[in-house]
Amino acid sequence: MSTRVLQRLREVFGDAVLETHSQHGDDTAIVEPSRWQEIATFLRDDPKCAMNHFIDLTAVDYLNRRESRFEVVLHVRSIEKLHRVRLKARLGDAPAIDTLSKVWVGANWFERECFDMFGVDFVGHPDLRRILMYPEFVGSPLRKDYSAQQTQPLVEYRSEAVGKLPPFDEHEGMPFGRQTHDRVAPRVNALGFSDE
Amino acid sequence: MSQSQSYVFEGSEQGFATTRLEDMLNWAKKYSLFQYPFVTACCAMEFMALASPRFDMARFGAEAPRFSPRQADLLWVVGTITQRQAPILKTVYDQMADPKYVLAFGTCASCGGFYDNYTTLAGIDKVIPVDVYVPGCPPRPESVIDGLLLLQDKIQRGDRTAGIVKPRTDPRQVAADLAAGHSGDVAHTRLVELRTSKA
Repeated sequence: MSTRVLQRLREVFGDAVLETHSQHGDDTAIVEPSRWQEIATFLRDDPKCAMNHFIDLTAVDYLNRRESRFEVVLHVRSIEKLHRVRLKARLGDAPAIDTLSKVWVGANWFERECFDMFGVDFVGHPDLRRILMYPEFVGSPLRKDYSAQQTQPLVEYRSEAVGKLPPFDEHEGMPFGRQTHDRVAPRVNALGFSDE
Repeated sequence: MSQSQSYVFEGSEQGFATTRLEDMLNWAKKYSLFQYPFVTACCAMEFMALASPRFDMARFGAEAPRFSPRQADLLWVVGTITQRQAPILKTVYDQMADPKYVLAFGTCASCGGFYDNYTTLAGIDKVIPVDVYVPGCPPRPESVIDGLLLLQDKIQRGDRTAGIVKPRTDPRQVAADLAAGHSGDVAHTRLVELRTSKA
């Protein structure tokens, strides 16, 4: 139960906390991206919060949202106080946000991964370069508009016909599992909620 | 060798056999497959089982691993190859001296498996030629042994076309199929029909 952390955030930062909600014991605060680093530092240093355990940092691509396509998600926890909180910041089409690598050292590689996969620019990061993909890779593979079929080979493929036997063919892998996200219009589900 | 009959000499006897040079060289090649294990993923567990005494790859003259491609004849590609690793695999293959053979161990090496995405090479044959595919996720050591024997057979025949290890039929399933009035190999036939009907 860390609703008290949310309460504390609202007290101290007021309007910078845009929205909060709690569900199944998970508490989330959506905050102003411009005060991201400041709020994180407060969570770490405030004796009532004492968030000394950085768990995870990633991003989500909501392709259909017009204003805030990306959401950077941070999970932190306090080992002494035994509470945890999820912090989100909504970003636009060219996502950029302050780095947290100065607040929690562990955030360094998470931010690099996030940069690698989603192209989020972490301002002030000491070493912002790709961590999983190769340096020659172009684009952000986990963005929804990155084609599911697109690969970027480093070696030229063999031109000889590959004489494969029945279970294999030129459509290898699992084409039926590929999803395309070229749809831009928001979708409305059966209950009347749209993606936006 | 085609008309040869097997004859075992007694210790005190002497004799000779005639053969073609090519046959003899192929025979020598197939029993001295020095291997280079290019092991990248979970298939390695089955590879270890294969190399250990229970399944004992050494029975087939393929036990000596060489961790330099220059001394190896058989490249085992065991596991998923990412796009990032593909140049390394290509370099290793290029460094091997002829005659060289490649065995794709498992589904990922054969066709990318379920890693159908931006980061995985969908089958190593996009980059290097493959002699034997061993499907399975991971393949059982028995099927890899089948693959090794298939490769040896190919080497002996001088056949460089790609081969694939066929699924084994479960004897109990065969018995059940026979009892139900089907032909013995019905499970395998069904599988082949399923695979070829798509094309």
